[in-house]
Amino acid sequence: MEKKVFERPRYLKKASTHYCPGCGHSILHRLVAEVIGELGIGERTIGVPPAGCAVLAYDYIDVDMGEAPHGRGAALATGIKRVLPDRIVFSYQGDGDIAAIGTAETIHAANRGERITVIFVNNGCYGMTGGQMAPTTVTGQLSTTTPGGRVPLRDGYPVDLSEMLAVAKGTVYIERTSVTSPKNILRTKRAITKAFRTQIDGLGFSLVEVLSPCPTNWKLSPVEAARWAEETMTKTYPLKVIKDLTGTPGQDGN
Amino acid sequence: MSPSRSIVNEKVLMRGSHVIAESAIRAGCRFYAGYPITPQNEFTEYMASAMAGLEDGTFIQAESEIAAINMVIGASMAGARAMTSSSSPGISLKQEGISFLAAQELPAVIVNTMRGGPGMGNIAPSQGDYFQATRGGGHGDYRTIVLAPGGGQELADLTGRAFDYADRYRTPVVILADGMMGQMMEPVVLHKAADPAELPPKPWKLSGAAGRPSRYIRSLLLDIAQEEERNWKLARKYDNITREIPRAESYLTEDAHLVVVACGTAARIAKGAIKRVREIGLKVGLFRPITLWPYPKRALCELSRSVREYLVFEMNTGQMVEDVKLSLEGRGNVHFYGRPGGSVATPDEVAKVVNSLYHRQRLEEES
Repeated sequence: MEKKVFERPRYLKKASTHYCPGCGHSILHRLVAEVIGELGIGERTIGVPPAGCAVLAYDYIDVDMGEAPHGRGAALATGIKRVLPDRIVFSYQGDGDIAAIGTAETIHAANRGERITVIFVNNGCYGMTGGQMAPTTVTGQLSTTTPGGRVPLRDGYPVDLSEMLAVAKGTVYIERTSVTSPKNILRTKRAITKAFRTQIDGLGFSLVEVLSPCPTNWKLSPVEAARWAEETMTKTYPLKVIKDLTGTPGQDGN
Repeated sequence: MSPSRSIVNEKVLMRGSHVIAESAIRAGCRFYAGYPITPQNEFTEYMASAMAGLEDGTFIQAESEIAAINMVIGASMAGARAMTSSSSPGISLKQEGISFLAAQELPAVIVNTMRGGPGMGNIAPSQGDYFQATRGGGHGDYRTIVLAPGGGQELADLTGRAFDYADRYRTPVVILADGMMGQMMEPVVLHKAADPAELPPKPWKLSGAAGRPSRYIRSLLLDIAQEEERNWKLARKYDNITREIPRAESYLTEDAHLVVVACGTAARIAKGAIKRVREIGLKVGLFRPITLWPYPKRALCELSRSVREYLVFEMNTGQMVEDVKLSLEGRGNVHFYGRPGGSVATPDEVAKVVNSLYHRQRLEEES
């Protein structure tokens, strides 16, 4: 008898994505959809997509979604969650969205310990607008607005938002992962699961930062982009559990 | 300071800002987010205490005006009657969010207690934000309903109506007040608290896709044909609003040779001026728009059958005067008197302007 070993997750719509080859968004959308299905929260989850490449997330992830103005995901999610405290509310935001124009909203939602989950996609550039420098662009990285590479004392240092958020007392669980290899994809899925569980248990603010390749704007092939993220980005943004006050075992059993 | 919600049908003495806040709660508002700014802090403070006393009420002191309006967007998506408030510079910061509310067809009520501007300006009463309020205010092709209470009882009446309009038309509604109106203590009869079960259902809201397909609320429409159609859809809605809700008060206009057109606090000052000039026999009346968008064009036009001279009085350098001219389309002479930057004219000052205009136009010879 045939056994189905792989299928489209219940909460992923039957649609081809508009994402470029090698982009991390499609993998991440799938992981979010898988986790929502496995946790059995698909009928009470509300997502908040950002401005940026992932603005069309509502075409792919099959739960209720409300689009936020650029950077305002955490504030908008706060409004939804406070009105409907028994629903599961997540925002899905890029690095420019969350760590530049939306820094204030993010830090204060975290500080209030809003029971929301944030999926923070870090690809080190403004993807949809054509590859400009993002707050997360690493030192020396080329972008359309740092044509000779990012120079910290001119362009600012790479912002490590996750570490900054870990200082806020309202944050409970923050982990940085990547989607550059099967192993890292599985770690990312476990992190997203834990982040949603943190919210289901009403513990406080949870966030997963995911290093995600942007081959088009990095001007690399998908394979090279994944390697660059693993070898170069992780020097500035090491993959690790940044904060975990959930009291449950972490990725490596500790 | 907060009257028991069981008080109905009796007069209570309340500060204007508290009347709007209490009336909002009685209208079923259960979500408020705001940021400190003078001269409207009493409003936010009232909401903090009032929401704390309600099991299903949420008050958030937001980190910014921008965060506050975006919290309201989220709360509105989730189906709550939601509100924010601020004063002029803060309202400028909220405009992106108001544009999103209009595009996403979400109901919300925004109170602007106007102060002197531009820039930081001052904290005195002003009507400098008339254009911003009545022309949409943010980016894109949209309008917001704009209500201009005259103070007192109307603050209670129009606040309830603002929430009803917001829900009925799924659009943001702006209540345009000013610092004087917010501070003044006046007797009002508060409305009885709305029964949550009788508030309009919101079949479009986001609640989690239980037993139905998932849905989304968005404003991005990359397809040009779809975006054009959305704009036309909004335009049709605005046409309906323009037909259905214009409202104005006419005072002593029946025999008037000269009509003063003024709204909000300026209209109260004008009323005082008209009482004074009536005492010396001048036939002067008042036309007071209550909806600033849609502008009560038809009612003003009808006046032009018997009235030729109009004096527009505003607490700015001349903004509503354009709507008066657009409404009359040449069927009258439109004059203007304004005091901008937080200056508040006295009734005597306006009476002098009326008197001088009356004689300059030789209106005493008409009767």
